[in-house]
Amino acid sequence: MDQNRIRNFSIIAHIDHGKSTLADRILELTDTVTGREMRAQVLDTMELERERGITIKAQAVRVNWKGHELNLIDTPGHVDFTYEVSRSLQACEGALLVVDAAQGVEAQTVANAYLAIENDLEIVPVVNKIDLPQADPEGAAAEIAELVGDEPGHVLRISAKTGDGVAAVLDALVERIPPPRGSAAEETPPRALVFDSSYDQYRGVVAFVRVVDGSFSAREPLRAMAQGTQFESEEVGFFAPTMRAAEALGAGEVGYVITGLKDVSRLRVGDTLTSEQRPASEPLPGYKDVKPMVFAGLFPTDSDEYPDLRDALERLKLNDAALFYEPETSQALGFGFRCGFLGLLHMEIVRERLEREFDLDLIVTAPNVAYRVLSKAGEEVEVHNPAEMPREVERVEEPYIKASIIVPKDYVGPVMELNTERRGRFDHMEYLSEERVLLLYELPLGEIVLDYYDQLKSRTRGYASFDYDLVGFREGKLERVDVLIAGEPVDALSLIVHRDGAYARGRALVDRLREEIPRQFFDVPVQAAIGSRVIARETIKAKRKDVLAKCYGGDITRKRKLLERQKAGKRRMKQVGSVEVPQEAFLAVLNLDGGKK
Amino acid sequence: MRASADTGGHRGGARHLYVHLPFCASRCGYCDFVTVVGRDGQHEAYVSALLTELALERAVLAPRLESVFLGGGTPTLTEPRALSRLLQALPPAEEVTVEANPETVTPALARLLQGCGVTRVSLGAQTFQPRLLEMLDRRASPDDVRRAVYALCDARIDNISLDLIYGIPGQSPADLDADLSEALALGPEHVSCYELEAKPGTRFTHAHGAELARQATAMEWYFERVVERLTAVGYRWYETANFCRLPAAADGRDLRSRHNLAYWRGRDYLGLGIGAVSTIEGRRWRNTPRLGRYLATLAAGERPHREVETLSEPVRRSERVLLGLRLDEPLSLDGLDGALDATAVERLERLGLVDRRHGAEALALTERGRFLGGGVTAELLA
Repeated sequence: MDQNRIRNFSIIAHIDHGKSTLADRILELTDTVTGREMRAQVLDTMELERERGITIKAQAVRVNWKGHELNLIDTPGHVDFTYEVSRSLQACEGALLVVDAAQGVEAQTVANAYLAIENDLEIVPVVNKIDLPQADPEGAAAEIAELVGDEPGHVLRISAKTGDGVAAVLDALVERIPPPRGSAAEETPPRALVFDSSYDQYRGVVAFVRVVDGSFSAREPLRAMAQGTQFESEEVGFFAPTMRAAEALGAGEVGYVITGLKDVSRLRVGDTLTSEQRPASEPLPGYKDVKPMVFAGLFPTDSDEYPDLRDALERLKLNDAALFYEPETSQALGFGFRCGFLGLLHMEIVRERLEREFDLDLIVTAPNVAYRVLSKAGEEVEVHNPAEMPREVERVEEPYIKASIIVPKDYVGPVMELNTERRGRFDHMEYLSEERVLLLYELPLGEIVLDYYDQLKSRTRGYASFDYDLVGFREGKLERVDVLIAGEPVDALSLIVHRDGAYARGRALVDRLREEIPRQFFDVPVQAAIGSRVIARETIKAKRKDVLAKCYGGDITRKRKLLERQKAGKRRMKQVGSVEVPQEAFLAVLNLDGGKK
Repeated sequence: MRASADTGGHRGGARHLYVHLPFCASRCGYCDFVTVVGRDGQHEAYVSALLTELALERAVLAPRLESVFLGGGTPTLTEPRALSRLLQALPPAEEVTVEANPETVTPALARLLQGCGVTRVSLGAQTFQPRLLEMLDRRASPDDVRRAVYALCDARIDNISLDLIYGIPGQSPADLDADLSEALALGPEHVSCYELEAKPGTRFTHAHGAELARQATAMEWYFERVVERLTAVGYRWYETANFCRLPAAADGRDLRSRHNLAYWRGRDYLGLGIGAVSTIEGRRWRNTPRLGRYLATLAAGERPHREVETLSEPVRRSERVLLGLRLDEPLSLDGLDGALDATAVERLERLGLVDRRHGAEALALTERGRFLGGGVTAELLA
């Protein structure tokens, strides 16, 4: 296909603003799928995606419209996948920016619109759901125009649900979005951007690619330039919307390459494919190895399920190169894994898939972020688990994010207050409309991972929308707080907190444990300490009395059974030094859900 | 002191007999024993049934008994003719105890008991505070307790035990001290002190269970106080909840309840009457708690309906431990192989809760261990 007749675009939208519905209408209108094939939201294949209304893996569909080949590159809907979003956007020349006519611009829209603008994409603004009774197309159009620096009159108004205005969207795509500009010349060394991949049980890794220069065909020795992985393409083709094999993918086209590789980690998103015989000298710009930023321990509730958890993680990893895990042993929770995630949503998705698809019952410990630590000895290490933090450190750096928060103007105060509590640095504020305000803040990611989003929602009565983008590592006055039960440090309870919050967190932990740990035969001090300095202390007083009052001839069987039950209860306890702690006590303190309360 | 290596039932027979007399004037809210209110007309029939059951089981009893215990219910509420017929028909024993509610003990009753060979009376005093008695639904007044003690003394019954209950909702430390002083002022040979328990399903638990749980921490030292007061004036804390005067203060007599010691030493015993439990040679059975059914079956000369439990060797060993450790005498470990968790023994020894004696052949709880006896025992059991 002549590159001038190709248009590559993404749809950017907040959750529930109608991205998938619009994609479905486009497939119908272009006769890519027949009515009978049409399932609502054909693009979202995974059960979980369908249920949560979000797209986890980007996909690409080719449609034809008035003699043009349009490639719709679906982007993941969430910030945790920013890198994938940015690779998807890099594969395009334009983007549809979809905003709900009743909801207006949301934080996620802002973050992704900025990403699109950074990638020099032509933005086609669309107001969707104009058929809703509460729709305010004019207001939404004004907000979107303000955001992208366009005329409100230039904003399309549609209803993806009824199909109203969708043809005009396709026309606008052809008119406004520039064609690809790579070199189609035969002799040009081919280059293609891998913007996503998936794993097929039988065919191995399937790379989703945007060809920039030259062309790719089947049975061709290829190389991934950043990682150096070599393989032979087994098949090339495109999605319409199911896989259709093609002879070749030419410059400007979007499609797939079946690699036969058996491990997704060997072909990472952002890498550049080229020919082994005629290799390009320079890869396409922008490859980076995405690193997990949020870490948590995953433990099976029933320790017998440990091998099942290991198998499940192995299988998930095949399809999710960003998932990281390594075995972890905890005094409190037994055998499990420390897992790394791109962000909170990624963590939630992994957890849900493990529980749902693999039927596992999991304990997820409170998450923490990755820290870069310079030890006194001058060694630089990345710490994923507070218990691994060296006690003597020169410097600790923590990841920071840029947060975009959109709230009705009445809630600016509470949001600022929350951000200040969370060590946020105010960056920028602007009125999107008379009513709605965009706030930009820089915040340590570590302040977000626990309950920030819940707090934000509760302090704004659910009106706030929130998104973030990682901006890098910064030094922080961070301390490792250890919890000691009867003088024994409990690995699973260590945490890393900012110096200013250390006392309060230590106190809260100690108080909670005092409530949760049953009284023993001896006094049990529970302490929170930074190094050797105790910052909070409580004592669980020894039991003074524990007797069965009466025991005569008629009671013996009952008393014996009572003691047997008591004995069985003790077997379920975890031993910390000489103290017996019920697993529930650890869960109350550690469990993600417990922590949210 | 003798380690309790000897098993019950010398010469193949049980030497301890329990007889249950269920009749009560009214039911106390906290009570979960098998009791019957009213049915005055059935006392004679019940006694006849008891004696039929005794005849049926005579073979399990030794020719000479060590102890007989009449418990209730309120045995002393039983119609006097029926009660005296029963007492006279029971085999003689070295110790014959009758439980009594203070308001039922008249000089005439005291004489009747003494005349029928009763050697020991256990009086359910519970508390001397009228408002706490009311809380427990007890009918006796504090003066009834005193009158009962005097009546028994006058009838030359020289082994009187008082039952006290502590941990009653609203019982202040001063109330507890007053109860102990009142009880001691009567100079009983024996005192039993029980913490009030919220037994599931009782009226009391329904009304006061939550309050009882709330005050548990505030009252947890009451038990220590009880032990401290009683031992300070020369009582021996010989079992978790039982105290008796030392021989020096009792003309050399050992005033421990021989009948109850038999339970704690794991001896065999026969129980007669509704709801009564027997344990004979590894079999334990509980008679039907239903009066009508019991009377009908025995009237036909048959054994009452029973729930039977077979006690395996490990269970018998566990019971020997859990019962034996209630006593202040060391528990001989002879024959208890495998009943104890060796690491737990060591751990508890380090914590100063148990003591190994006689070259580790016997085990005893330390004083602190006795206050924690329930939990310590649970831990010790394998």
